Amino acid sequence: MIRAARLRVACALSVLCLLAPLRSFAQGELRFCLHADPKTFNPLMVDDDASEAVRYLTGGTLVRLNRRSQQLEPELATRWKTSSDGRRIEFTLREAVRFSDGSPFGAEDVAFTMRSLMDPALHSPLGDSFRSGPGEPQIEVTGSNHIAITFPAPVAGLDKLFDEVAILSAQSPLKERAVLGPFVLADYKPGLFVYLKRNPNYWKKDSAGRPLPYLDSVRLDVQQNREIELTRFRRGEIQLINAIDGEYFDRLQAQSPAEAFDAGPSFDSEEMWFNQSPSAPLPSWKLGWFRSTEFRQAISSAINRQDMSRLVFNNHASPAAGPVSPANRFWFNSRLKPHSYDPAAALRLLRQAGFRVDAGVLHDSGGHAVEFSIVTNSGNKARERMAAMIQQDLGAIGIKVSIVTLDFPSLIERMTRSFNYEACLLGLVNTGLDPNAQMNVWLSSGENHQWNPAQKTPATPWEGEIDRLMRAQASATDPSRRKQFFDRVQEIAWEQQPFIYLVHKNALSAVARNVQGADPVVLSPQTYWQIERMKISNERAAN
Amino acid sequence: MKRARLFAVVALALVYAVALGARFLAPADYAFQFREAPNAPPSVRFLLGTDELGRDRLSRVFVAAQTSLLLAPAAAALSTLLAALIGATAGYIGGWWEKLTMAGVDLFLSLPWLFLLLTVRAVLPLDTTPALSVMLTFAILGCLGWAASARVICAGVRQLRNSGFVLNARALGCSPARLLAVQLGPNIKPVLWAQFLVSIPVFVLAEANLSMLGLGVAEPLPSLGGMMRELENFSDLGSQLWRLAPLALLFACITAFQLFSSSREVQA
Repeated sequence: MIRAARLRVACALSVLCLLAPLRSFAQGELRFCLHADPKTFNPLMVDDDASEAVRYLTGGTLVRLNRRSQQLEPELATRWKTSSDGRRIEFTLREAVRFSDGSPFGAEDVAFTMRSLMDPALHSPLGDSFRSGPGEPQIEVTGSNHIAITFPAPVAGLDKLFDEVAILSAQSPLKERAVLGPFVLADYKPGLFVYLKRNPNYWKKDSAGRPLPYLDSVRLDVQQNREIELTRFRRGEIQLINAIDGEYFDRLQAQSPAEAFDAGPSFDSEEMWFNQSPSAPLPSWKLGWFRSTEFRQAISSAINRQDMSRLVFNNHASPAAGPVSPANRFWFNSRLKPHSYDPAAALRLLRQAGFRVDAGVLHDSGGHAVEFSIVTNSGNKARERMAAMIQQDLGAIGIKVSIVTLDFPSLIERMTRSFNYEACLLGLVNTGLDPNAQMNVWLSSGENHQWNPAQKTPATPWEGEIDRLMRAQASATDPSRRKQFFDRVQEIAWEQQPFIYLVHKNALSAVARNVQGADPVVLSPQTYWQIERMKISNERAAN
Repeated sequence: MKRARLFAVVALALVYAVALGARFLAPADYAFQFREAPNAPPSVRFLLGTDELGRDRLSRVFVAAQTSLLLAPAAAALSTLLAALIGATAGYIGGWWEKLTMAGVDLFLSLPWLFLLLTVRAVLPLDTTPALSVMLTFAILGCLGWAASARVICAGVRQLRNSGFVLNARALGCSPARLLAVQLGPNIKPVLWAQFLVSIPVFVLAEANLSMLGLGVAEPLPSLGGMMRELENFSDLGSQLWRLAPLALLFACITAFQLFSSSREVQA
């Protein structure tokens, strides 16, 4: 009898052990990886991808950008109105909403959040986006559910900026731990994971009136290694990969096509530029080449972007024409096409600019052989391959290119302090839709005006024209007028090629079969932007 | 053992002949991208297939052998020489000098030399040729790689210092220089040889790691370590065994070095 009882207990325990992993998935725990520890859990101080992921999952915002339609949708604000001069915005807030700790939500919380955000002592990166002129914003609480904010100067794309402002509680002793988003921070082990539990007070409900989110918890494992991340995805240990490299994507697609998603060109671009800074310790003839529009246009025409997309990104990229990707539907200037690969045209342009080819080597009018180095960051295989392709393409028109890979701090030192480089190949990560996010790139006084940063006065007429257009679009509030201005900026950039845009990488992601409700898109966060409607089924766990 | 030694000598001679004549023997330019044939499997045109950019892998293996198998042994020789000088002196003199030297070795091993390597690369002129850059890299590796070997050599010399034949030689009035050259030198040679052989793959792999940090061999010049970065995608290796060619060549060379050294020991 005793033996039989022991056997039954052992069998029961075995069954429980076998069911344990199924049970955890059946309760609806979504898992995916962060590639670094979050630097902060304060939503006003977010400046890195990992913290941004936590903010998106836990923070409640007044409005939310629909990542599919790229249109703003009401969230904690049921209505909002921006003044015609772009300085004032009024919100009508949703009623009967509570923070995760039960404290009520109202206009005072929004006022508290905006005051904290705009506090100069906080140095909030997000707060800087709202600072369009000197002075502090005026915040008027005109009712328990009504608030108006007036900024000292027009803020272009004002309403869209609130997509990133997670509202804090003015009263809760938990401070930023009291949230209005679908999940709440439950545990964090540095270097291991961030654990989020369902917010029991989340205000949103589905069409059948059931409370959202469907998931009970989200576990974000800290994992830097992309290969391990993919292996864990294949094993079913994680269910999402937000941004996946081309070669990994192809392997996943070959094995499990239903789990691999290519959403098309992303907002990110890869580009190269020549150093035109007068502070650069370069020979005058080299600076002369780099400042020549024909030279830059010739280089652009001599680079085969199609081959680059095909070989380096396994066809998961498309040739770039300018700073705005076709994914950015409103701001993309569709009249511009990428410079086509045409070495003959490149040579014609170079001859016009006084260059000549002798014995297969391109020389300038002073007889100097044309050769330069391209610096890029080390450890990035895609960029090293792109540089190798540029080397061969430019070799075909008689230009000798050497490739130098540097660790990132050394590269930044050369780009921003010593200016001791000739050409640079890097990528630009665009997180915002609005061109205002690129102000410090395009204004000639900007620190990120990479080819010739921090100019006191524009070095060229076309840079002066870009300055004027960027300021005009920033102060205009009519979207179509702003688009006209920024379209012209893109045209000038296309003509002058200060940045030689190469490709836009595609937004590649992976979603496990057992995840329901995911709709991968280009905009970040690609796979979980509608997290509250996502579910986990047991299909994969049972496999 | 004679046969093993012969085999090792022939194998090494063959590899070094190929390495030295790489530019003439390579069927294609190691840097040229046959863009219509990326990731091609082995064929008559490309005997070891092509890489992601369509570059002939066989030609790249030949040139990589030249880069790695000439410079890694040179760096290994430099580090073994430094280790022998420092380790043997410490082991022979003994006492406080040995303690001081070993403390210095400990300190040297604990210092983050990677930053020196990064700094050197950062201050190199941008027009430094890839060949000069890679030679400098291996020279630095050679200068930094002596410490661990010096410990082993010091221990070996210390043991020999108190052995009967050394005491006899001393009693007969043998000078310290002659003792080191005639008595200790030949007896410590197997240790030096082993340290030299062990260092070669270490330097090849160190170069591969440095490539990830931008201090290794710059594109498009290949090195065995750099080519082994292709093996990062280990999941596809089963179906593309030809990608293992640089690893196989490195393995064959190290084995040949080992066979050569062990047969010499037996002969001695």
